[in-house]
Amino acid sequence: MSIELGTEAPSFQLPSVDGSDHSLDDYRDAKLLALVQYCNHCPYVLAWEGRLIALAGDYAGKGLQVVALNSNDAARYPEDSFERMKERAEQLDFPFDYLYDESQSLARTLGAERTPEVFLFDWERRLRYHGAIDDSRDVDAVSRSYLREAIDALLAGQEPPVTETESVGCTVKWR
Amino acid sequence: MIELLYWQGCPSHPEAKALLEGVLAELGRDDEIVMTEVKSDEEAERLHFPGSPTIRVDGRDIDARGANERPSLTCRIYYLPDARVSPIPSREQMEAALK
Repeated sequence: MSIELGTEAPSFQLPSVDGSDHSLDDYRDAKLLALVQYCNHCPYVLAWEGRLIALAGDYAGKGLQVVALNSNDAARYPEDSFERMKERAEQLDFPFDYLYDESQSLARTLGAERTPEVFLFDWERRLRYHGAIDDSRDVDAVSRSYLREAIDALLAGQEPPVTETESVGCTVKWR
Repeated sequence: MIELLYWQGCPSHPEAKALLEGVLAELGRDDEIVMTEVKSDEEAERLHFPGSPTIRVDGRDIDARGANERPSLTCRIYYLPDARVSPIPSREQMEAALK
């Protein structure tokens, strides 16, 4: 069961592909924080990856911080190991942090179920949007860009037009 | 024989089945699609299941590129003709395998 809208962002301290640990407090200067349940091996993640990279770049100067989280069991899914995360981030020059939730505790606290799955928190770090990046894994078929719409609304001091959508993707790979 | 092997943990097989049925209809074929659910790592190994969905026509995987990946309960990666990643095979792959 995912956390409800309005829930405060859970605290965390996790290793990043950049070689350091990152905590929730490290992102205190960001107006908005998007935690994205993520991984390397899932074709749904890969299908949306270009859009997430573009979004993170487009809003980097506007106060959005995107943080991708990989919580998958790397013993069963070696493509999702920390080493492979580093390779992926370097290969694609991720414009966002990519954290390794090896214990899966953050994913469990968020109630994450799928990859990709977005949890967008406002400046008070309350959950304001939860779900999909947009309404189609096929970039040519997108008609609603839920995450962008939510970000734009929050940055303008308004309510997101859509606050919850179904995340379509691979399941989080629990131990 | 046309087989569609799938894992319930990946949401892609209904879309793959619908596309496959559409391609079969376009080709004027009424073959039955044999659906096989893969439920465990052991079954994945035994069935040489590289991910969901896997479609075989007369025993031959329609996507040679991914056919020999490590057996696993996972969503399978396909590549569209324009090189984009997809969780299901392309229409072109299906047509090529069925002609």
